[in-house]
Amino acid sequence: MTTTTKTSDGNSLPQLTAKDFKGPVDPDWCPGCGDFGVLNSLQRASSELGLRPHQILTVSGIGCSSNFPGYFNSFGMHTLHGRSLAVATGAKLANHELNVIVTGGDGDGYGIGGNHFTHTARRNVDLTYLVMNNQIYGLTTGQVSPTSREGMLTKSTPFGSIEPPLNPITSAIMNGATYIARGYSGDIRHLTDIIKGAIEHRGFSIVDIFSPCTTFNRDNDHPFFKQRVKKLEDEGHDTTDWQLACEKAMEWGDTIYTGLFMQIEGRKTLGDRERVLREGGPLAHRPLGLNDKQVEKIISGMM
Amino acid sequence: MSSRNFDFVLAIGGEAGQGIATPGDILARIFIRRGLHLYTYNAYQSIIRGGHILLFMRVSDQQVDNHGDKLDLLLCLNQDTMDRHLSLMGAGSTVVYNADTITPGDVPDGVQLCPLPVSELTESRNRLIQNTIAVGTVMALMGQDFEALEESLSLRFNRMGQEVVDENVAAARAGYDYANENLMIKTDQVPAGPKPLAVWAGNEAVAMGGAAAGVKFYAAYPMSPSTGVLHWMAQHARDLGIMVRQIEDEIGVANMVIGAAHAGARSMCATSGGGFALMTEAVGAAGMMEIPVVFIDVQRAGPSTGVPTKTEQGDLWQALGASQGDFQKFIVAPTSALDAYKTMPELFNLTDKYQCPGMVLIDLLIGEGRATFDPDEVDMQPEINRGALLTEAAQQNGYKRYENTESGISPRAIAGLEGYVHVVATDEHDEDSTLLSDEFTDPTKRRMMVEKRDRKMSTVLDDVSAPSLEGPADADVTLIGWGSTWGVIKEAVELLQEQGVRANHLPFKWIVPFHADEVTEIVNSAKKTIMIENNFSGQFYRYMRSETGLSVDGHIRKYDGEPFAPHHIVEGVLEHLARETDIFVPTEILKV
Repeated sequence: MTTTTKTSDGNSLPQLTAKDFKGPVDPDWCPGCGDFGVLNSLQRASSELGLRPHQILTVSGIGCSSNFPGYFNSFGMHTLHGRSLAVATGAKLANHELNVIVTGGDGDGYGIGGNHFTHTARRNVDLTYLVMNNQIYGLTTGQVSPTSREGMLTKSTPFGSIEPPLNPITSAIMNGATYIARGYSGDIRHLTDIIKGAIEHRGFSIVDIFSPCTTFNRDNDHPFFKQRVKKLEDEGHDTTDWQLACEKAMEWGDTIYTGLFMQIEGRKTLGDRERVLREGGPLAHRPLGLNDKQVEKIISGMM
Repeated sequence: MSSRNFDFVLAIGGEAGQGIATPGDILARIFIRRGLHLYTYNAYQSIIRGGHILLFMRVSDQQVDNHGDKLDLLLCLNQDTMDRHLSLMGAGSTVVYNADTITPGDVPDGVQLCPLPVSELTESRNRLIQNTIAVGTVMALMGQDFEALEESLSLRFNRMGQEVVDENVAAARAGYDYANENLMIKTDQVPAGPKPLAVWAGNEAVAMGGAAAGVKFYAAYPMSPSTGVLHWMAQHARDLGIMVRQIEDEIGVANMVIGAAHAGARSMCATSGGGFALMTEAVGAAGMMEIPVVFIDVQRAGPSTGVPTKTEQGDLWQALGASQGDFQKFIVAPTSALDAYKTMPELFNLTDKYQCPGMVLIDLLIGEGRATFDPDEVDMQPEINRGALLTEAAQQNGYKRYENTESGISPRAIAGLEGYVHVVATDEHDEDSTLLSDEFTDPTKRRMMVEKRDRKMSTVLDDVSAPSLEGPADADVTLIGWGSTWGVIKEAVELLQEQGVRANHLPFKWIVPFHADEVTEIVNSAKKTIMIENNFSGQFYRYMRSETGLSVDGHIRKYDGEPFAPHHIVEGVLEHLARETDIFVPTEILKV
């Protein structure tokens, strides 16, 4: 399939390849890390959607997977631990023409950044959030994470974790996200399609991605997922039924579902609801300062 | 002060929920329309209903910069106000109260009591009507025409319908006529100024300053006493095309404004000390990523939750130490509401030029205090200069966001600009944003980048004004202060002059950068120096010492939550000059 992109002055540009979205730096992830599959999938998705690097802003926090923006050819912000969604919301509201893609891990997004996860979903900010969920803290060399299973042995839980894990899918549904999917980095074709859907979706889309840590997580490795993952599409899942979506998301035994759990189309995004953005283009490009009429109105209100 | 023909302080006391703000607003409007200057300080407690409030309103024919040393008129809306404050009243002053519900205690000599028989003056069962009657009485006592009051009441109540306006005008008339028939009216007429003035709170001034500077994105989490900035921004958002968001916490606030600033919008946020503590990691992130954003800390009495509705200059070291590591920053402590307004566009131009965070330290006194200003003297369309900001797309490759330039300032492209694709990072990075950890941590490059960021500030002292003396250069004593104490020290210098003490004033506004050479010269030339701070430990003194090695001869400090009044400083200076103390702490407590 070949598509072309048109520039604002009407010229057609050839579609970029996945390789064109390769960043200037080679990833320093461990050999076999699940994050390679996610990077590969986003590069393919960006190519297939006909995007150009300058139209994308990737925003990350801190963690192995948060090194992502350096490995992907687009504008990028490698910010603070847990704060990617807050930074991304600010960037999106200041320039709503940007495709803002947020990348990070389970500790970054569901642990330290949990408050922003809740409220970004509630606001339905038009962001694409890719969470590389490896159920472990990797960059700090192997401690329990918010998605680690109960009983898991890690360096900070040497006698087994006594806490149950958080379910990102049901959390996202309850908090008001409007595109909620799960992917597996070992199935790049499937993940690419899910990510394309997430980028095309207007509203807050989250893709929780099984991205196994080959160094510190012996429990949830590729064989674990390969044996269990089943695609929701293969079962004719109804993506408009939130209760069914929650039931499928909570299944965690011999079968673990991937694919699109739920999508709400047409719900207004935060930017759609914001009167200030209705006309005049991106805030970032508007003239600065006050005009005479605005000045007069302000001063008369103070006299 | 001798040059004032008219200097009148009235105070309205009552409990929260009793509608103190309304008579305050009505009176303020009458005075500013008459061209009189005004300064108000509202002493209150962190209780929405029931807490005691005392609103000071000082009115003069000259500019007023503090709430003064005396009370000319006390309006008691409840018994508690009478009990707490009657003893503060001096000879010639007046106390107005509802005689149906309030009884005076021991009345100081020379105080005129004005009991109002409220139930005889109105048939209204609205419990707030006593306030309007009292306002009528106050206007009569000050020898004012009723027409100005009627106009102000109409403006205040017309949203609520003609019936409400009529009820209030009738009540005010009753209070006005009662006073004229039964009370001793001051014969000295209230003067009028050359033209009507406007009034703002410092929080409104910083918000307006931001808007005038081109702020397009404002985020906040509510926190006293900074919330007035959020309220002004929210109220004006649509008219001015400013995105205003209330966010889940101050961590989110600070990071969101960084995101918006990176996308190209001038962005700011305001909070108080506790919220600023949550923001501090992001302050360093802005420093490391070289993104210009402005953080405003409206200080309140700390530590921790502290005294939420009381003022203090206690966050200086928090601002100095905000975030880990060495990074470039501005810290500025405006000296008044007007100065806060003027500071904002200047600070935005500086943070854009030097690509770093800026912090503004005001406090409850400036933020929630109200002062008059002459709109003709306020530049609402100040110069906007964004520095080395790239906004035009280009066909090119090889853009280095953190190019190691001679000046240290690397041209900054906003996100989305074709031809300038790049990453910004909170990790240490190379000129092209590659993380140094990806290069197996390169000491040479690390040193280069630290020095590049530092080098960009090499010209910064030329861009901000150095502190300078106000008053006679050869004074016997130099009073040093920073930020919000400017107005009260200024008047103390005048009062000292009347008492035969030649004093001058060295006010500080810019904290970082700091003009160490100029300060050293001034302080070394001073005969005697006294440092005045609204905190316990002498935060600015310790900072000045760390930057210059200078010491001072004495200190005046206040940390009870209330602001200085001029006489506190006068007393402290006299005690220092008499060598009775090293650190003078005024203990006269206003019972609020």
